[in-house]
Amino acid sequence: MTFNTHIFWAALTAAQFLHGAWLSLALAAVSMVVATLLGFGVALMRIGRSRVLRVLAGAYVWFFRAIPTLLVLLIIWNAGPQLFPSLRENWFTPFIAGFLGFAVVEAAYMAEILRSALLSVDEGQHLAARAIGLPPHRVLLKVVLPQAVKVALPPTGNEFIAMLKYTSLASVISLRELLTSAQNEVSVTFRYAEYYSAALVYYLVIVSALMGLQTLIERRYRWVSTGSAVREALTSKEAMPL
Amino acid sequence: MTDTPLLQTVGLRKSYGRNLILGGVDFAIAPGQVKAVLGPSGSGKSTMLRLMSLLEHADAGSILLHGREIGVETGRGGNRVPMPERRLARQRADIGMVFQRFNLFAHLDVLHNVTLGLTAVSGLGKSEAAERARAMLERVGMSGHVRHYPSELSGGQQQRVAIARALVLEPSVLLFDEPTSALDPELVNEVLAVMEDLAAQGMTMVVVTHETRFARRVAHEVALFDSGVIVEQAPPEQFFTQPEHERTRAFLSHIH
Repeated sequence: MTFNTHIFWAALTAAQFLHGAWLSLALAAVSMVVATLLGFGVALMRIGRSRVLRVLAGAYVWFFRAIPTLLVLLIIWNAGPQLFPSLRENWFTPFIAGFLGFAVVEAAYMAEILRSALLSVDEGQHLAARAIGLPPHRVLLKVVLPQAVKVALPPTGNEFIAMLKYTSLASVISLRELLTSAQNEVSVTFRYAEYYSAALVYYLVIVSALMGLQTLIERRYRWVSTGSAVREALTSKEAMPL
Repeated sequence: MTDTPLLQTVGLRKSYGRNLILGGVDFAIAPGQVKAVLGPSGSGKSTMLRLMSLLEHADAGSILLHGREIGVETGRGGNRVPMPERRLARQRADIGMVFQRFNLFAHLDVLHNVTLGLTAVSGLGKSEAAERARAMLERVGMSGHVRHYPSELSGGQQQRVAIARALVLEPSVLLFDEPTSALDPELVNEVLAVMEDLAAQGMTMVVVTHETRFARRVAHEVALFDSGVIVEQAPPEQFFTQPEHERTRAFLSHIH
């Protein structure tokens, strides 16, 4: 059997592939947004003054890093409806279940990334912010957080890309994301090379787009003026004011 | 000094763990005066500034601004307890602080370093804040750098912006914590010139420094710290030429 470019091309443009890719990306994106917010809260608790909150947040990170994501998904999808009757209704789709599972697990990892990012901001920045009279929440939001974001961006990009690929785990709760779509086609046609290649192309394209997006965001956090020497060293396109 | 002190400390004490840093400091500065604070590293002078700027709580003693105690409030039992951070913040804006390592906000350009206090603390509108910030940056000779970020400035330039950032809030007093110690020698004078200018305009300033020439020329009074207490306080002429205490003579012999 040789590589059939027609089948490959047909797979690449097939509706179920596109839909699968869209499901993967959407699931990863909404999970990541919620995981980041939740992780930020957990990170704040971990570095805060309250001992009780520190212990609770530490337990959260410990628990969700210890158990396999796959197990979390299975528990939510299979055990959830047995324990909670409200989860037996139509709104509880594989997508919702996957979103819940990925968000709570990823929040534990994001909490660690954000904790280290918050701690990386120089103590002098806190002092100066407090010295000009900023109240605690403004010290955090106006001075510490913007600087922590810069530190957290590259590892968060890693997490998002990893999450995109982890969405294939949701096949166990019958979500037809990208890799499941490929697997389904293969099981009917046995054209492994063509369908797997098509899936590979999809992943490459999506991850490339995400990396481009990350570069754009990181550029906003460079903190140099447009006229500076650092800017002038860049190409003219990059030197455009942001 | 016959005036009521603008800023005063009474019996200020502070320890970190078992290390006694301040062992009962009585310090006072009259309005419009400049006081230079000298002393070896670790003698407690920076700690005193941190306590006076309400960045840390004292273990005992009190701090008075305009004759009123700050940083504490009356607790439920009627005793004096440290004020919560939110209310401390409001009192801090009246005490300007300039740090050894400048501590400019790395993510903000020069203009926004100076406007942040005005917009986020004083509640000024953006355009009025920018106007005041520009005027203040003009005063420290930094109006040509409003769009630059801290990483693009020399140490001397950063420190001048830091002075503008503190000054723009119109504090009653400015505290300087070794403002030129982190600077290359050729950049020291541009910062000292700005400070001398402020002193000439009647700004009340406490300057922890190793610059004895500046202390001699600009300060109304010089204090020597050693092992957490003030050893000697005198006008500069007397302090540098006829010190009373042996400890002062020893200190001066090391730095001359």
